Amino acid sequence: MMNTVATAHKSELEQGALLDEIDRKIIRATQSGLPLVSRPYDDVASRVGISAGEVIARMHTMQQRGIIRRIAAVPNHYSLGYKSNGMTVWDVPDDRVNELGRQVGVLGFVSHCYHRPRYLPDWPYNLFAMVHAHNRDEAMLLVSRIADLLGDADRGHDVLFSQRILKKTGLRLST
Amino acid sequence: MDEIDRKIINTLQTGFPLSEEPYAEVADQLGVSEKDLLNRLSGLLENKVLTRFGPMYDAQKLGGAFSLVAVRVPEGDFHRIAEIVNSYPEVAHNYQRDHDFNMWYVLATETPEKINEVNYDIEQRTGLKVFNMPKLDEYYIGLQLPV
Repeated sequence: MMNTVATAHKSELEQGALLDEIDRKIIRATQSGLPLVSRPYDDVASRVGISAGEVIARMHTMQQRGIIRRIAAVPNHYSLGYKSNGMTVWDVPDDRVNELGRQVGVLGFVSHCYHRPRYLPDWPYNLFAMVHAHNRDEAMLLVSRIADLLGDADRGHDVLFSQRILKKTGLRLST
Repeated sequence: MDEIDRKIINTLQTGFPLSEEPYAEVADQLGVSEKDLLNRLSGLLENKVLTRFGPMYDAQKLGGAFSLVAVRVPEGDFHRIAEIVNSYPEVAHNYQRDHDFNMWYVLATETPEKINEVNYDIEQRTGLKVFNMPKLDEYYIGLQLPV
């Protein structure tokens, strides 16, 4: 299947519709993890009922379309010594959130950066950036670096440190 | 965790090949045997140093949706509420955070409508208001933690 620029720019809904039943079978066979065997895609192929070559080709296409963000290992921050995982939240002017979000997003220590809705008066923050550090002092240094970058646009911020993982599973397709 | 484990984690965070014998390829790069890589990888998963290994699917591009949801849970009730929230298969992650908004869960659903359905259900069962905070724009996503 050709992967053109046009395909990559199709709406998310259309992309979803482009998945066929075989793609969905591949997703179901791999969503909890890739088999730990020498030829993992052969293993997936036998569960889906197609050749390993086709599994590889389809997964490659899904990767190019962004359906697969990447094939990789997800570390548990805590076990790696990153004990202070802070969700930093910022109240910045709405008309500058895109520009500022992009600037914050490229900081090497920020793992996720999103624009999300406010809920006034309970929740005034519209920009979210996750930072990961070995301890809270180190984390607060990272927070001050973001604050410096935002300057006057920082109309208020907070840091929510994670205390406990209550649940962490990958995506699950039920059907 | 030794130097080789660290190298494995650093390398596998960045990506994994789509080829017939991908573990052998990565093992070559790392200077270990394929068998050693597979054993160590399975150990890292068992010890929960890695939470998972494999393709990361984007729920939105699958026609579904993701949302981050915050709840203010009364301290004494935290355990009970966590059990209710975690019982939903649509709840992919759930974190306790040290804030007035102390519970943050991520919903991954197959349809956008399902986000509101699950949130409504959780509100009914817990009696707590949930604050749905879907992403409006994404500026960066990509976790690389050097070890």
